[in-house]
Amino acid sequence: MRAEQLGLGLTADEIATVRRSLGREPNETEWSMIDAEWSEHSSYKSSKALLKLFPTTGKRVVLGPGYDAGVVDVGGGYVATLHIESHNHPSAIDPYGGASTGIGGVLRDILSVASRPIALVDILRFGLIDESGHSRWLFKNVVRGIADYGNCVGVPTVAGEVEFDDSFERNCLVDVACVGIAKKGGLILGEAKKPGDVLVLIGGSTGRDGIKGATFASANLKADAASDRSSVQVPDPFIKKLLLDSLLEVIESGENIPGMKDLGGGGLSTALSEVASKGGTGVDVELKRVRLREQDMSPTEIMTSESQERMLLVLPASAASSKSGVIKILEKYDVPYSVIGRVTAHPNLVIRWGGKVVADLPASLVTEAPLIPWPSRKPKKPVGSSRSRASGQPSSIQEALITILSSPNVASKRWVFRQYDHEVGIRTVVRPGQGDAAVLRLPNGKFLAIKGDGNSKHASLDPYAGAAGCVAEACRNVVAVGGEPIALVDHLQSGDPSDPEVYWTFREALQGMADYCRAFGLPVVGGKVSFYNEDSATGRAIKPSPIALVVGLIEDQSRIKTMSFKGAGESVFVLGETRPELGGSEYSAKFSVAKGAGAAPRPDPAVDLATCKAVLGLIEDGLVSSVHDCSNGGLGVALAEMAMAGGVGARIDLTKVPTTCEAEAETLFSESHGRFVLSGGDERALLAALRRSGVPHAVIGKVGGAALSLATGRGAARLRVASMKARFEGAIPELMD
Amino acid sequence: MKVAVVRFPGSNCDLDMVSALRTIPGLEPVLVWHEDAALGREEFGAVVLPGGFAFADRLRAGAIAANSPAMAKVKRLADRGVPVLGVCNGFQVLVESQLLPGALLRNSGLKFVCDWTHVRVENTTTPFTSGLRKGQVLDLPIAHGEGRYFLERPELERLEKDGLVAFRYCDEAGRPTSSSNPTGTLHNIAGVCNKEGNVVGLMPHPERAAEALLTPLGKADGSLVLSSLLVKRWRGGA
Repeated sequence: MRAEQLGLGLTADEIATVRRSLGREPNETEWSMIDAEWSEHSSYKSSKALLKLFPTTGKRVVLGPGYDAGVVDVGGGYVATLHIESHNHPSAIDPYGGASTGIGGVLRDILSVASRPIALVDILRFGLIDESGHSRWLFKNVVRGIADYGNCVGVPTVAGEVEFDDSFERNCLVDVACVGIAKKGGLILGEAKKPGDVLVLIGGSTGRDGIKGATFASANLKADAASDRSSVQVPDPFIKKLLLDSLLEVIESGENIPGMKDLGGGGLSTALSEVASKGGTGVDVELKRVRLREQDMSPTEIMTSESQERMLLVLPASAASSKSGVIKILEKYDVPYSVIGRVTAHPNLVIRWGGKVVADLPASLVTEAPLIPWPSRKPKKPVGSSRSRASGQPSSIQEALITILSSPNVASKRWVFRQYDHEVGIRTVVRPGQGDAAVLRLPNGKFLAIKGDGNSKHASLDPYAGAAGCVAEACRNVVAVGGEPIALVDHLQSGDPSDPEVYWTFREALQGMADYCRAFGLPVVGGKVSFYNEDSATGRAIKPSPIALVVGLIEDQSRIKTMSFKGAGESVFVLGETRPELGGSEYSAKFSVAKGAGAAPRPDPAVDLATCKAVLGLIEDGLVSSVHDCSNGGLGVALAEMAMAGGVGARIDLTKVPTTCEAEAETLFSESHGRFVLSGGDERALLAALRRSGVPHAVIGKVGGAALSLATGRGAARLRVASMKARFEGAIPELMD
Repeated sequence: MKVAVVRFPGSNCDLDMVSALRTIPGLEPVLVWHEDAALGREEFGAVVLPGGFAFADRLRAGAIAANSPAMAKVKRLADRGVPVLGVCNGFQVLVESQLLPGALLRNSGLKFVCDWTHVRVENTTTPFTSGLRKGQVLDLPIAHGEGRYFLERPELERLEKDGLVAFRYCDEAGRPTSSSNPTGTLHNIAGVCNKEGNVVGLMPHPERAAEALLTPLGKADGSLVLSSLLVKRWRGGA
């Protein structure tokens, strides 16, 4: 059958390239292998050229982008591994299954490099849950899917973020990141270097679920999206858990595993072509040896099935032929396995069905999709923007703060993280709600801070500044708990890249993130790109949604900080300058903003770096007891959160805040980057240290009392901590339960 | 004392339990795979069934593990008076095995709940509570979807009368209020013991609260539960 009749995702140009390069018409199985690997999802053909802009090296970087996980040295003979994935389209159709399998996928990536997964982070985007029942349904079931899968495999979900915006109404974003830990010498890569080694497929059986999933993820969702349900994989966390436990036992036993690769997007086809291409070899595989869930599957279906919970091991022939250590461990856990083929010197993928060759393609052809240089054009109005719901001015600062604290974007996410086991593994030192980032203890006596951030509203108004801003925010969060940022994985999500305006926002976001990381000295060790995120009913693209996941290192326990106000009488400091940057702010979503104050916040990496260093210096000197960054909802929300977390109020004088804003509401709710609020008992020592740092700062008040009092030039607003907390904690449960 | 920590396929708090027990001088935890003959052969001073999702919790939480050969061995050890502790999924396995009375139903909110709770000690005559004071309030975390203890009324009254409730959720001051009950569990029950006192099950995780570093208030209360094994004053004690 010719390519044009097969319903492939390939373009006419790509089909011509394949025919030219191969000098013949590929058969159906071959076309489907190329189709899977040349999908946007697997090939990064629309983004690869630009991703080179990221700084990817650094003194701690052991393995950068291009592998299953980024790897950074955390000292004492240990490395941390990190990876981020999304499962947007599957979750939009089947939120429970889609979110579950998203976790399954990222866990396999961490396991693939022979590291133990120790933490999950979820960054979620939905439509407006206060307006849309559909969005509440997606939100509820995505959270339940993450909870059921993560809780079962025993990896804690320690941090995350949820944002609500109507551009995600039918195309929710479900990003999941995973952090792992391993001994430095024990890493395994996804490559087959040695001819004669054997290929062993282990774990779940291969079924018809998720066929062409990579292709499905690389196109816009259709209006009758439910018809694509068979493209969503079926999750089984129990088999994943056995896979995890058995492989970790194999790794710890010191058995020789020359290569390991997870089966994700593109299934067996992608896994085989990547191990061969990375190793400079070929493979010879017999598909009759693959364990099937449905007996009448065709070679094409077997090659492209994305059934979950499967891994490919590259083992020395001796390890598979007898009762080797590896096989004994797999049998102990009842993990099924089958030897499906061997590594060859000839660099082709030779696929057989009962001995007969059904596909024979050069590995390099399959893995090297031609890149697409999409045209780009600056949009006239922000991509993904929607009808404003803001109206008028608040009657008072109290009203404004309470409205913002009870907005689902700002309100407590306890309803979410209470459903996630965030304690399993007994490493969690700072848990959700306590600090700006999660903190986990490491086996080397140090601690790892982890946080993922993004802000699609900022990124829609100014993709460059918005993407730089999500790195800035994630770094601040890591610094606020005492961590020095050491590495980042990113995720860039937008609409259809063939739309020049969408592609422009993608380029700008990538450039903004790359420039910020370079200036901040933060290496990007991995990442992900997700295009084709559009509303299936309206065809409107989502707001560009760059995400940054940053990990930081904390040298010792005394430097771990949380956000809660602790001692009454402590002085409250603000660091950094507040500017009239209310564009895309939570305030601007509720109330109208004066002309001239509507720009999106623009971070300055040099200033931010100096501010972050100053904060880490104060922590190291033992001068602060609470630290919190200013982000969503600005200074007002930061102060309220510190008071609510500590169960104690503060008397704050807003006229003292270093600001270029004219109105108090701007000072209180602008979302300018580069700012922290902190408290400490020794005001003089803090002032002296801050003067030396040169960072703009001021003492703005004292901790104490049962209310947060905010004095302006004209009087004082007073908000009882208990009543703020009732609104802050109650907002999401009221909508969801 | 050698303590067997039984690992079923799907256990996920097994390694946590081993490292928590290891922090207590005098206890020597041994991770035992459920099919390992050591469980029936070796001399263990106590057996712990850790949390997780044994056999994926298919049918009902704990139901398949309860009928496994490993549990037949644990039953024989329990009958001989060996202390047996079930935590979370381990508690579910113990009730499914009928080593403990009652059933653990889905939480009243129908959601998984992970949170820190206050737990009051009700019975100090078991090998896992003998180091505690009656009425003492412990800070322990929970993480489960099926932890609502249930027993028909007459039996529940007998359970209470016999003093077999080992732990009860309470507020900071030790009062078992409805707002301090995280799952709708009957009588705020967080843990129970058998008549002989040697078998104890509880939903909260003492192994997650065995080190001050890991607890929000720096109280390593979970360690007091586990180290009770070394206090030789429980009723049936050796």
